[in-house]
Amino acid sequence: MAAETLIPTSPEEAAGLFGEGNDLTVFGGGTILLPEIAAGRVHPERALLLHRSGLDTLDAGSDVVRIGAMATIAAVVEGTDDLLTRFAEHIGDGEVRRTATIGGNLCATPGIGAQRGDLGAPLIALGARVRSTGKGGERTEPVEDFLAGDRAGRLVLAIEYDRSAGKCGFEIMRRRHAHSFAVANVAVCDSGDGLRVGISGIGPLAVRARSVEQSRNADDVVKDVDPVSDALASAAYRLKMLPVLVRRALDQLESA
Amino acid sequence: MNITVNGREHDIVSAPLTPLLHVLREELEITSPKAGCQQGGCGTCTVLVDGEPRRSCLTTVASVDGASITTLEGLGEAESLSPVQAAFHELYAAQCGFCTPGMVLAATALIERKGGPVEREDVQEALGGHYCRCTGYVKIIDAVMSASRANGSPA
Repeated sequence: MAAETLIPTSPEEAAGLFGEGNDLTVFGGGTILLPEIAAGRVHPERALLLHRSGLDTLDAGSDVVRIGAMATIAAVVEGTDDLLTRFAEHIGDGEVRRTATIGGNLCATPGIGAQRGDLGAPLIALGARVRSTGKGGERTEPVEDFLAGDRAGRLVLAIEYDRSAGKCGFEIMRRRHAHSFAVANVAVCDSGDGLRVGISGIGPLAVRARSVEQSRNADDVVKDVDPVSDALASAAYRLKMLPVLVRRALDQLESA
Repeated sequence: MNITVNGREHDIVSAPLTPLLHVLREELEITSPKAGCQQGGCGTCTVLVDGEPRRSCLTTVASVDGASITTLEGLGEAESLSPVQAAFHELYAAQCGFCTPGMVLAATALIERKGGPVEREDVQEALGGHYCRCTGYVKIIDAVMSASRANGSPA
């Protein structure tokens, strides 16, 4: 455990130390990483710890909601009251939410018995953008592009989305258990210029359900997803449930 | 690095990425925080970091450098239990006791935060991530509610 530890005290210093992210283990809250390290499954040689980096700002006071990568899930729950909040408040329990971060949720490595990154669905539906740095410098891109890209080589700086995402609906399928990850998450937003549908909790990465966005037919979700089997649910079960969940979420747009 | 535990300052020699849990138990020999699941799922390692309950197994010691930590040892003595400890004792809210340290600390923080009587739903929310495999929780919740109404003495 004799890792070299880097503890930046500003966002600029964090970006500089990250560089292109080579041979670097990034610590957000550490709720995923620390148990792995303590169990001897991960052996960081150099670790970038972001708890003093000043990346924990959260500004929900204007037309654009800006959330720093190191904002804790608890801060997101307290600082926002929108679609994102409805998902964030189900992550872990209060103590875990005070440690876990939104940047960590986006960058979570694949879980073993369950799927991580629950916040992907609402962030996709909200049309969120991820500002990150790494090889080639800083860039801002839609969250679904960030998830599909080379996350390991990027340091998330902030997540932002327009407050006026339009009407939204959601369905969260989960077991009644404080720490259970979701079996499936569905989030939909209709801003007037189009429908956005995000799905998470069914595989290693959240996905945007473009077929459903085009057809507005919930059954089309099966064309957009490739669910996995894990300790919570089988792939077949998820595939069977998703059209139901998407239908319910879309129905909420009518009644909203 | 240094941390203050129960009012006493300690210089820390463990590596920065060591979980606070292991620093407390192994370096400082403060053993009320229990090493349960060690992945954030059970709540028995919970301690107060600057007054807020946190899982010590999920917290690097580097991230609490300079912070003030409270463990069960910092609450009451056998002769002068804290209100939560006294209520757990009076109402039989512990059986094997393995989960008790985390439960008592999380409950203490809840009562501190509310500043008055707490209701059943408050306790369920605050202790929702704390597992007890013995009691069935009813007595634990009763004890926390009682402690919040005790004004320093058990109900």
